[in-house]
Amino acid sequence: MITYIIRRLMAALLLLLVVSAATFSIFFVVPRLLGNSPETLAVRYVGRTATPETIRQVADSLGFYDPVYVQYLNWLKGIFVGADFDTGAGIERCPAPCLGYSFIDKQPVLPELLERLPVTLSLAVGAALIWLVFGIATGVVSALRRGSLLDRSAMTISLAGVSLPIFFTGMVTLLLFSYQLEWTASGGSFTPFTENPAEWAYNLLLPWTTLAFLFSAQYARLTRAGMLETMGEDYIRTARAKGLTEKTVTVKHGLRGALTPILTIFGLDFGLLLGGAVLTEKTFSLPGLGHYAITAIPRNDLPAVMGVTLVAAVFVIVASLIVDLLYAVVDPRVRLN
Amino acid sequence: MTAGTPFLQVRDLKIHFPTDDGLVRSVDGLSFGLERGRTLGIVGESGSGKSVTSLGILGLHNRRNARVSGEIWLDGKELVSASADEVRALRGQKMAMIFQDPLSAMHPYYTVGQQIVEAYRVHNKVTRKQARQHAVDLLGKVGIPQPDRRVDDYPHQFSGGMRQRAMIAMALSCDPELLIADEPTTALDVTVQAQILDLMHKLQQEFNSALIIITHDLGVTAELSDDVLVMYGGRCIEYATAREIFQSPEHPYTWGLLGSMPRMDRPVAERLTPVKGSPPSLINLPTGCAFHPRCVFEERTPDGLGRRVLPELAEAGPGHLVRCHLPAAQRRQIWVDEVKPKLEAS
Repeated sequence: MITYIIRRLMAALLLLLVVSAATFSIFFVVPRLLGNSPETLAVRYVGRTATPETIRQVADSLGFYDPVYVQYLNWLKGIFVGADFDTGAGIERCPAPCLGYSFIDKQPVLPELLERLPVTLSLAVGAALIWLVFGIATGVVSALRRGSLLDRSAMTISLAGVSLPIFFTGMVTLLLFSYQLEWTASGGSFTPFTENPAEWAYNLLLPWTTLAFLFSAQYARLTRAGMLETMGEDYIRTARAKGLTEKTVTVKHGLRGALTPILTIFGLDFGLLLGGAVLTEKTFSLPGLGHYAITAIPRNDLPAVMGVTLVAAVFVIVASLIVDLLYAVVDPRVRLN
Repeated sequence: MTAGTPFLQVRDLKIHFPTDDGLVRSVDGLSFGLERGRTLGIVGESGSGKSVTSLGILGLHNRRNARVSGEIWLDGKELVSASADEVRALRGQKMAMIFQDPLSAMHPYYTVGQQIVEAYRVHNKVTRKQARQHAVDLLGKVGIPQPDRRVDDYPHQFSGGMRQRAMIAMALSCDPELLIADEPTTALDVTVQAQILDLMHKLQQEFNSALIIITHDLGVTAELSDDVLVMYGGRCIEYATAREIFQSPEHPYTWGLLGSMPRMDRPVAERLTPVKGSPPSLINLPTGCAFHPRCVFEERTPDGLGRRVLPELAEAGPGHLVRCHLPAAQRRQIWVDEVKPKLEAS
């Protein structure tokens, strides 16, 4: 068990390193390979009226003339010990862990990210709870009554849920529940949970349900398929032969067997969401990580985009690490393999 | 059969499954009785209806897609007409089943101990601790070394033979009075098979339970059974004491089964005489005697009855039932003159 954990941890660390190198390459190496000179890269960090001389200076101070691996190592070093950035108007300190410095906001990136994380986290946790409960319950009932009207309508609705984009369902629910019926908040506002839990939930209710609708649909279909499979297993017959009630057979034996693949998908979905639910945050104007990324992109704020990308990658990797470890708890056979 | 109503009495049991291709008559009018402390072997090929029968007795067929009719009396209670809940209360408690492949028949995510006491805890009010002790005791009883440690192992950590022992412990959890073992040794090594059969025999003596062994292997039946019921195409074609079945079998199919038992004391080429052909379709059973297309002696039935009329299950001797058109005297003649010498020849 211990070696299993250590092995997984090492793999996760290695993966993080690879991801960071890949992220770095996308933003700093690929443009060079596509023919950009250090100067054209540096243009993005100076004003429009800069002279070629200033541009060269900026390119130099950002280390664009260094070999690629030196640039990468410097960037990595920033994460561990922090870095200084010459903004032209003075030296700015970006303390460790420094994920980069936004020259447009004149701010280190990480604090900006941390400020927005609670929004994304609130959105993801709430939505996840709703979709797990609804998705799995729907899937179980559909599987048990396969072919019934209930099953067919649930599966049709879930097909819609899987196919409709969030900006469509989001707009429709906003229009209906917020603007017409005025039951819920119209988005755009976020109250931290610690300040006022009721208002926190009220503001997030619509984004939660809209996001959960999309995921519930997918989880309902997954659960249904899993249940149909496990309920046909021999061990279900054994459970029935013991004289257990149908409820015990379904939940303790059937659902327990079907949950394992759902756990895997859930880990990845949740990790991905933490990295920013871009469309949901945009639709409901929630100031989360995804919102941050999507405003940074048109402004060519490379360090900001890169910071979000890396943080998102970390979330996915950590989530899948947790799933791997949980897997050993959920499926006892994993420990030996 | 004994006078009065035996502990288990099955009367004209029919289990049919409507499908898109037609009605599958898996079991079609089966009757037998069994006393406590006695063992009945139900023998037949795959698809002869033996497993369907056992699941039917336990009431494990889905009432939505299986049509069950007839009577199953267990200790004075009729099960076919009983409600699903009534039958469920008896399952695991009064009647239990040992399944064929213990690896797939046990849940991979629960420990062996948890699975053994599951039925015990449903049917008895006991604490977690008592239940655990019960599991340890049972594991010890079925011959698993260090039961107090193995009780927390998962099924995949057991060997095949150990798993089957655990499966037996699971079935014995509530001291069932009727125990049905469906191919209990088929998935096991030959060396382990004998141990498991021994164990089942020993435990049956100890618990004085009625035991039904479902198997395609006459050898298994020979070891354990008091009576043998041979099934073909969902019907009983021969029923007698085990002794009679082996010494003076009456039905050509039973002869075939005897011939297809591997005999280690013969040269390889003569060890097996398989029954030719394949089991009949249960949707379209052959007219007349279901066995006639494969029967070597079919043309000897008077007036070609074999291919026209379904033979009745008739008494061939005291307690010996057989479903065959061949006149009794002629049948005995064939057995003595033609079949027996071949089986015994070396």
